[in-house]
Amino acid sequence: MDTKITVTIDGQEVSADPGQTILEAARSQGIYIPTLCHYSKTTNVGACRVCVVEVENARSYVASCCAPVTPGMVIRTNTPAIRAAQKMIIELLWSSGDHNCLTCEQNGACELQDLVYWLQIDKPRFPIEHHGYEMDNSNTMITRDLNKCILCGRCIRACNEIQVNEVLDFANRGSYAKVGPAFDADYIDSSCVFCGECAQVCPTGAITFKQAKFAGRPWELSKTRTTCAYCGVGCQIDLYTKDNKIVKVMGNRQYGPPNEGSLCVKGRFGMDFISHPDRISKPLIRHQKGEAFKEAAWDEAYAFIAQRLAAVKKEYGPDSIAGLSSARCTNEENYVFQKFLRGGIGTNNIDHCARL
Amino acid sequence: MTVAGLAATFGSGAMTNSIDELESTDLILATGTNTTENHPVIGAKVKRAVRRHGTKLIVIDPREIDLVKYADIWLRQKPGTDVAVFNGLMNVIIAEGLYDKEYVAGRTEGFEALKAVVAKYTPESVEKISGVPAEDLKKAARMYAQAGRASIIYAMGITQHITGTDNVKSTANLSMLCGNVGIEGGGVNPLRGQNNVQGACDMGALPNVYPAYQPVAGEDVRKKFEAAWKAALSPKPGLTLMEIMAAAGSGKIKALYVMGENPLLSDPDLQHVAKELQKLDLMIVQDIFLTETAQMADVVLPACAFAEKEGTFTNTERRVQRVRKALEPPGEARADWEIICGISSRMGYPMTYASAQEIFEEIRTVTPSYAGITYDRLEKEGLQWPCPTVSHSGTKFLHKDKFSRGLGLFTALEYIPPNELPDQEYPFLLSTGRVLYHYHTGTMTTRARGPVERCPESLVEIHPEDAGKLGIADGQKVRVTSRRGTVEVKARITEKSAPGSIFMNFHFTEAPVNFLTNPALDPTGKIPEYKVCAVKLEAA
Repeated sequence: MDTKITVTIDGQEVSADPGQTILEAARSQGIYIPTLCHYSKTTNVGACRVCVVEVENARSYVASCCAPVTPGMVIRTNTPAIRAAQKMIIELLWSSGDHNCLTCEQNGACELQDLVYWLQIDKPRFPIEHHGYEMDNSNTMITRDLNKCILCGRCIRACNEIQVNEVLDFANRGSYAKVGPAFDADYIDSSCVFCGECAQVCPTGAITFKQAKFAGRPWELSKTRTTCAYCGVGCQIDLYTKDNKIVKVMGNRQYGPPNEGSLCVKGRFGMDFISHPDRISKPLIRHQKGEAFKEAAWDEAYAFIAQRLAAVKKEYGPDSIAGLSSARCTNEENYVFQKFLRGGIGTNNIDHCARL
Repeated sequence: MTVAGLAATFGSGAMTNSIDELESTDLILATGTNTTENHPVIGAKVKRAVRRHGTKLIVIDPREIDLVKYADIWLRQKPGTDVAVFNGLMNVIIAEGLYDKEYVAGRTEGFEALKAVVAKYTPESVEKISGVPAEDLKKAARMYAQAGRASIIYAMGITQHITGTDNVKSTANLSMLCGNVGIEGGGVNPLRGQNNVQGACDMGALPNVYPAYQPVAGEDVRKKFEAAWKAALSPKPGLTLMEIMAAAGSGKIKALYVMGENPLLSDPDLQHVAKELQKLDLMIVQDIFLTETAQMADVVLPACAFAEKEGTFTNTERRVQRVRKALEPPGEARADWEIICGISSRMGYPMTYASAQEIFEEIRTVTPSYAGITYDRLEKEGLQWPCPTVSHSGTKFLHKDKFSRGLGLFTALEYIPPNELPDQEYPFLLSTGRVLYHYHTGTMTTRARGPVERCPESLVEIHPEDAGKLGIADGQKVRVTSRRGTVEVKARITEKSAPGSIFMNFHFTEAPVNFLTNPALDPTGKIPEYKVCAVKLEAA
């Protein structure tokens, strides 16, 4: 049987599970270590090195997201040397990209920006030299600006390990390395199925939701947790709204089952219908067959229906009336619908399109 | 279909196990489910299980769906031969003594009858019926039987046949034979196609049962509901959807109230349905758009979309989850429950709930499987029914130690061919279904920029061999004709469907594939045979 092991982190004795990483052990005690490339439940790659810590007797700084704890390990996360190393890493990342927060949709929700602030960096000591890659604006859903990419690989792991769509990977080497679909295609020309997981996990503004651009700053949006209305999986989703419109739809890993934060193209990008101008907003009545619809007040519509239903029931009996309930509506609505037909009308002629 | 088939076999018509169990089980058998397109998030779990956990995957499907790429074995049966294929799998398992003898003896009944029937379905005879090579069938049978825990997932590819109920029972037979029902990671798992199909069934939106599947014909049950609802109730089971349509046509149904459904695009043999609906004295449609069905109505009532109201949905794994209001509805639109209550009260049957939560509180009192669920408990995470008391933590998988009906019932089933197979005049077999980017009758997704960009129109999938013979090029318009109607649609040349078979979706009003489909029904489940009908093809 596995037993707990003891390590020391920042002078504090910490009990950890064998196989746990230093990062996990520290976080379980509320000790903060910054990360960028780390994304739980995907492979730990140690790409960005911003999680480095000092380990006594180790040859060099250790990437805490990858290194497992060993008994008696003495770890320091917050020494001046570690902070200096972290600053260097962040400055290098900053200077290698076009991280201009003035025009970035992720301003205020960017993990790189947060670390620049946390490490109190005024400006990078290196000249800013980015590649000048062309933006991928090829579709209406996801925008890619590789000039803001820090090559952390989260999108690649999200695509391959979480969604297993196997579209994204690294191409080229060294400073020419970049992320994308096969043959460096734009998303629209690739086998991408637009689940949006890559944009959801991107720590910077490299992969963003196109329709959210200029639709509201992160701090202006309201967030409502609800259940997706498409298929039967019942994904838990966060609707981000502003001015009575949906700005973007996000999964949330903290909600757990059934989707653990993942979504598909319909849940992510299929919500335009809600604020579509085709929505009907007033009751419509056709007084005679063949006539056009006329707008009506609710009271008039209720009276019309009540009178006509009562007349049919009186003349032909309750079983001449039927209702189609809906697999799209809530439990509460299905319940009152069948209660109305059974209790109010007196018929069991109720079904819905479960069969279709 | 699912409710009828699984209720008869196990005593409960729902997904036996949970979605997250798929990721760590030993084997998944996916049949009649194009999971990565229709339930993409579950599809991802299946793919994760294969790639990261080493789970084995058997796919039984006439189309070369994406999951085939991840499968250890793919059995490509001819559409509608599922009972024969499942009998064949069980034939091998029984002949080779690979079944779970202790489980069969202790927890099931009807085994001898099953054994006698499947004995006739040797791999060689099944090959003749289904086209599945005998050797592949044997390999799949052994792989399924020898897996520790095996889960079957299925969807409409199993149910939308005249033998839909038989197909469902066949999956249950196989699962019980190998002791896979009532264990974590096992079971028979119908993936429900719509967000709240499970909930609508649970709530009694069915002609023969009240909430929680309590039969309307049961005297005690009826008395209980009469007391709870303060109304006299009819003991006579009602009509199913297809029967309602037919009764409208014959004048027996005079008034139809449709809430959030679009039968004028989703039902088979549409031209006929339109004629039937025209005969109604009164049609009331409550929806968020002026759908094909709403346009025929006498009254149209504007409803709230899901993001504009409070409530609950029950997902495919029996998990009751909250729906929350994020937006104000347009104009004067109201939540469906408010509208129903308004009409009911007007008709002298008062319903005066102040909120969705108040309705849910009443649901709990008459629905034993929901009795322990409250809005407060749902705040952080959904709960899976049965959840009989407020201290019960919900049920991850059903039928542990004992089936809902006591013993699991094997059903000996003979193969019955589809109702309408290709012939000289109509030489192609048409199956219908969904594509990733759209949903059902397209009311929602055809009004969303992204999905429309990715998939702007309906396409008919034709195998290159057939396209070559008919001189049809990719993107060319073709005319698809069945005995019931004609549809024009662009061709997509692909090897996804086998030669002789074509596939179309039913999302687009411009190419209403249900002009073509066959309204022949499964006798028990009353589900139409959308997966098989005969058509001819020509360049338009």
